[in-house]
Amino acid sequence: MLKQPPLLKPEVRKYRPPGESFVWFTATGLSLGLVMILFLLGIIFVKGVDVFWPKKAALIELKPDSPAQIGPERFLAGVVTTVQEKIGGDSAALAESQKEWQLFVGNKDVYGYGFKYFDAAFIQKVSYPESLARIERLEYGDAFGYPVMIKLAAGQIRTAGQPGFIGELKRLVHESEKRWDKIRDIEKRQIGKINDRLEDLRLKEKSRTSQHGLEARSHRELIAQEAAGLQGQYQLLAQKAQELRKLQKQDLIVYRLASGEEKELPAGQVLGFYFPNQLNWAGRAGLFCKRVFQYLSDAPREANTEGGVFPAIFGTLVMTVLMSLAVTPFGVLAAIYLREYAKQGFFVRAVRIAVNNLAGVPSIVFGVFGLGFFVYFVGGSIDRLFFKEALPTPTFGTGGILWASLTLALLTVPMVIVATEEALAAVPRGMREGSLACGASKWQTIQRIVLPASAPGILTGLILAMARGASEVAPLMLVGVVKLAPTLPLDGTFPFFHLERKFMHLGFHIYDLGFQSPDSEAAKPMVFATTLLLIGLVVVLNLGAIIIRENLRKKYSTGAF
Amino acid sequence: MTEKDDDMEIMEQERQKPRERHFRQKTEEQADISAERTEVKEPFNPLIEVVNYNFFYGATQALFDVDLTMPEKQVTAIIGPSGCGKSTLLRSINRMNDLLDNAYHRGDIRIREQSIYDAGLEVTELRKRIGMVFQKSNPFPKTIYENVVYSLRVAGQNNKTVLNEAVERSLKAAALWDEAKDRLDESALSLSGGQMQRLCIARAVANRPEILLMDEPCSALDPIATAKIEELMYQLKKDYTIVIVTHNMQQAARVADHTAFFYMGRLIEFGETKKMFMSPDKKQTEEYITGRFG
Repeated sequence: MLKQPPLLKPEVRKYRPPGESFVWFTATGLSLGLVMILFLLGIIFVKGVDVFWPKKAALIELKPDSPAQIGPERFLAGVVTTVQEKIGGDSAALAESQKEWQLFVGNKDVYGYGFKYFDAAFIQKVSYPESLARIERLEYGDAFGYPVMIKLAAGQIRTAGQPGFIGELKRLVHESEKRWDKIRDIEKRQIGKINDRLEDLRLKEKSRTSQHGLEARSHRELIAQEAAGLQGQYQLLAQKAQELRKLQKQDLIVYRLASGEEKELPAGQVLGFYFPNQLNWAGRAGLFCKRVFQYLSDAPREANTEGGVFPAIFGTLVMTVLMSLAVTPFGVLAAIYLREYAKQGFFVRAVRIAVNNLAGVPSIVFGVFGLGFFVYFVGGSIDRLFFKEALPTPTFGTGGILWASLTLALLTVPMVIVATEEALAAVPRGMREGSLACGASKWQTIQRIVLPASAPGILTGLILAMARGASEVAPLMLVGVVKLAPTLPLDGTFPFFHLERKFMHLGFHIYDLGFQSPDSEAAKPMVFATTLLLIGLVVVLNLGAIIIRENLRKKYSTGAF
Repeated sequence: MTEKDDDMEIMEQERQKPRERHFRQKTEEQADISAERTEVKEPFNPLIEVVNYNFFYGATQALFDVDLTMPEKQVTAIIGPSGCGKSTLLRSINRMNDLLDNAYHRGDIRIREQSIYDAGLEVTELRKRIGMVFQKSNPFPKTIYENVVYSLRVAGQNNKTVLNEAVERSLKAAALWDEAKDRLDESALSLSGGQMQRLCIARAVANRPEILLMDEPCSALDPIATAKIEELMYQLKKDYTIVIVTHNMQQAARVADHTAFFYMGRLIEFGETKKMFMSPDKKQTEEYITGRFG
């Protein structure tokens, strides 16, 4: 009898089916990509969060006669930032230790630098004394030292060790903080208002200089009167601010540096102080939260290396929202015409290819275009037509948040067009036919059936556009972003929304901190923190759009998908 | 002659069988209606005239010299094997084929002796007079209420009382009122397949069109939903002229007063359904009806 061979020989089973190894190949590609992204995000997250975590302050006793000594005493105090292998140097002399330490010593006003490198070989002893304070100052960054005494304006002196010394210190800091608030209110808001009105009057007067006659003269007198009144108010306010500023200087806080020097500091210069080595875990967490909050809500200080980034967050948000408002109708309308109305042929294909290629144009090119077209041409024309009195000072004829938003809208419009076209194409034919068969015109069908059904897809495009727009920097540098903006684009003075104002942007802030800062070591932590914040902001914006999209998807989900 | 008459009678009884089967669970009243239905023979008032109509998809001709007259307030079925052009003809009546690129026609279709291609007739106006139900139910992703009033809304009607009246009338006409009246604000997509198709019928009749075009309305439905929609057609033909394309010979036999048989883009035979199913003139028709091809 003829025996049928088994379909699958047992020994064949141990081989993989052909092509199986390529599954591994593709999986490797994915995991490599994921690992790289996670690694990058991890670094940014760890370093960005680390900035705000209060660290212990070390007191380092140096060996006698070491070249690392910077003051009369053999001590250094600060936060150890790096311990690393020494590069170069005389290796024979440093046989026992090749390491060097980097210490954030603060006290820039005394030392002239904030970071100090020294060889580990010079260290005799490292301790963490509880009485060592870290003082946050308005100028020159943080200081490390031992508070010694308080010299009050009335001539009283409180010395450390007296009961209530720390309480008194806290009271002074609190008072100075309140006084700063008042000064800011007077100088920024009240005087700012008067300045605005004076400027208005000046422009009014200027616009009437061409007129003659009795009426014009009486008018000029009226204006002069009003201006004089405003000037008087201005003087009063300025004087008040001056007095407050004087008060900020009257009380002095004296502290001794680890290296031996003594330093007197007006209480108005102190933003806060704490004893890093006294803090327990909860205290650190509290301080961490406070510093994060300050970072998010304060304006920057000290060439952006200190203080917060609130104006940058605000500028980024406002610009992204403005950009979305501009790009959505523009892109959606273009896509509707391309997909629904235009006769599909060579020309439409060419336009489509051009739109796709537009997405690949370097963003700086858009910046140059924005500068030439929006700022100089459109803005310049607006100035000539509506703000003639203010010339030669440009109003719209210079970079501003409106022009930046429009430039970015132009940059991101291809994404919206492509996504919208795809979404429109995905609306089932049956639904369009159903609508047309009901006697709806083509536009009614698009408006009532097609657009709602494709809204989730359009939003996907908008999400991509927002993510790209919010993190774009290069074109912004040409059309309105600045290192430090004195005012926000949205505030309480009429007309509330100041589209012509320059603004700060997180992406540019990162560039500025990392590459334009006078003290790159001091700026480094802020670079990470700001990067983390920018990523966070983009994620938040996207999440918002995704939530809207999911809601729409539920509402307009079709049986056809 | 007498022999033939006898035959006719037998055929007649045969023809009524499915209908009886269909209605055996119906109420007294409905049974009366169905009895009435078989007795009354409506007069043949021409409404839609297809005159020497040719249709081309690019280089492919789909319809060849079709001449066909469909009567008012009756059901006309168009049958034929796949690709015979029956859907093309149906979609020509409300000019749905205008949407296609590269498609064109020759000849004319007239409704009440007015050409549908008349320059003075807006295509949207034409479509408001002609409701259409599609093979695959296509409710809009809106509420049931908004689905029904869609044709009124696009016609600019926003008066709440008018809309409410239209919803109730249309859903009742589509035999969906009892099932849907408490959930008018729910999404139409929450309905079952058969309900969706009846909603599409309600949507098609909301604007009181003269003509109702149905493109294989039951092909995606189960037998019970199909029976409901066929019953609906009996009700609807009192007010509307219905043209239905169907693949299902029994369905044509059950619902249609007149039947047109198409083959390869040509109208082979047109006549009263009764006659066509019993003694077709053409051999091709007979072969198709008896299932020898197609």
